[in-house]
Amino acid sequence: MENKKLSIYEDCLGKGVPRRDFLQFCAAMAAMLGLEATGAAKVARALETKARLPVIWLHFQECTCCSESFIRSSHPVLASLLFDGVSLDYDETLMAASGEHAEQCLRDTMEKHRGEYILMVEGSVPTKDEAYCCIGGRSALDIVKEAAAGAKAVIAWGNCASAGCVQAAHPNPTGAKPARKVIKGKPVINVQGCPPIAEVMAGVVVHLLTFGTIPQLDGLGRPKAFYSRRVHDSCYRRANFDAGLFVESFDDENARKGYCLYKMGCRGPSTYNSCGIIKWNEGTSYPIQSGHPCLGCSEEGFWDNAPFYKRKPALNAFGIEATADQIGLAAGAATAVGIAAHAIATNIRKKNLIENIETDGDGDAEG
Amino acid sequence: MNKIDRNLVGIYVWELPVRFFHWINALCIVLLCVTGYMIGDPPAFMDSNEAVFGFWFGKTRLVHFVTAFVFLFNFAFRIYWGFAGNRYASWKNFVPYRKAQWRELVEVLKVDILMIKDKPVESVGHNAMASTTYFVMFWAFVLQCLTGFGLYAQTSTSFLPRMCAWIVPLFGGDLTVRYAHHFLMWFFILFTLVHVYLVFYHDYIERRGVASSIIGGWKFIEEGLLKDAGKKR
Repeated sequence: MENKKLSIYEDCLGKGVPRRDFLQFCAAMAAMLGLEATGAAKVARALETKARLPVIWLHFQECTCCSESFIRSSHPVLASLLFDGVSLDYDETLMAASGEHAEQCLRDTMEKHRGEYILMVEGSVPTKDEAYCCIGGRSALDIVKEAAAGAKAVIAWGNCASAGCVQAAHPNPTGAKPARKVIKGKPVINVQGCPPIAEVMAGVVVHLLTFGTIPQLDGLGRPKAFYSRRVHDSCYRRANFDAGLFVESFDDENARKGYCLYKMGCRGPSTYNSCGIIKWNEGTSYPIQSGHPCLGCSEEGFWDNAPFYKRKPALNAFGIEATADQIGLAAGAATAVGIAAHAIATNIRKKNLIENIETDGDGDAEG
Repeated sequence: MNKIDRNLVGIYVWELPVRFFHWINALCIVLLCVTGYMIGDPPAFMDSNEAVFGFWFGKTRLVHFVTAFVFLFNFAFRIYWGFAGNRYASWKNFVPYRKAQWRELVEVLKVDILMIKDKPVESVGHNAMASTTYFVMFWAFVLQCLTGFGLYAQTSTSFLPRMCAWIVPLFGGDLTVRYAHHFLMWFFILFTLVHVYLVFYHDYIERRGVASSIIGGWKFIEEGLLKDAGKKR
């Protein structure tokens, strides 16, 4: 581990990144964070002057797609920012050290930067049995609690660390829990998505570096700069939705025309993310653009809202796959039958009463 | 021609504001259910035009949202009228906090629903079964408003829907809220079915003008019964 505290800009210069690229990156980040016109300068100054953020990156029950998304981010400054800039002091997947050396590294970082380091969590934490995710002979729960205790803030990468993702889906065999449910007393930033967009991840880190504060979060702990709008509201197919032009099946004429995927189960109207704006792979495309409905991967419990290709999630509680409408219709039919039976029973049972009324108008009180 | 010679006394039960509330509410529920169902499962009204020429789905949603506001304020007014209106409109009828209400509830169940007993129920306004059902219905109104405006809040900057924004984190996400909202719609549909049938049933059996009372406001009650009922209240 290098002890000399280089700024990110210095680090970039050392790697041969031209100043033009550096400023370009700062401007892009400032725009993404929704800063005012002078924001780019603020970001640039912060990256030029501030020392690197010490970071501990913990991996628990996950598929590493968050890391993959992160390291595939296109901009060279980003790479520098992530792997050198936020001195990644401990990251099981990316660090060179292994075994006892790696664990020593973790302990050193926690001691040396106590109260300063950012804890980044990737993956959910099993709570049912510590054997499910045991690192260096210690349970995931132990490790995350210890690391969180000395952290300045916690960033939960992806759906696993934010909401449990697939591991926490029914029946949740490992008792998987997201970071915010096992960490007490520390601010947790949920950077949602499966995986989150690389630029979004970078944006959150840049915000922390520039302002030294937690970004503004929504009700579910997600940074508002990236998660305040629905995929639906920034969707280029939105006009088709409002005009009622829908794809009815994946191979129909409407799909070819690029109509709205609402009826194909698109979760865009209930998913908060920046896919429609920032897009993926250097702004190349995103699921809806390639003709696939949004799965809602930045929402809690999206796996449990299956089937993905239907508007209405099935209710498994009834043993059979039933949607609300099928249950509603069945209940409606049962009610109609009940009403008919009741009407017939009324006429039989209260026959005398009704006859009395009809003959002499004397049917009140006792029937 | 059959004559009815019961000594009927006309009572002004449903005041004008109550009747207005009822019909505005009924219209809102029908509109909300129809547009809501269409939003949940849009019919394929396709045309070959470009999207820019059509807006029917947007309009359907607009009708749903506007009606929701009317529904909410109408409901709020009715709560006010529960304190300002006559004794038949009073909130005391709806909240089943007295033993007598529960007794009557069982009575109605035996007489009208299960038809075990033949004895008329003596309430002039709502019977205990009806008012308790409406009380449950009021809570369905509240839930439907909360979930509906909670979903709406994310795309709105106005004060009232923003007040319901907390419901989304509580449910864990928009989709769950949407689902609850959709499920509750069926409660409204089932309620309407039973409600309309029971009005017809009571009108038919009791001959007190129940069905027309919500239009004109008057019910016609047997004199003897009214005295008993008067003693009770």
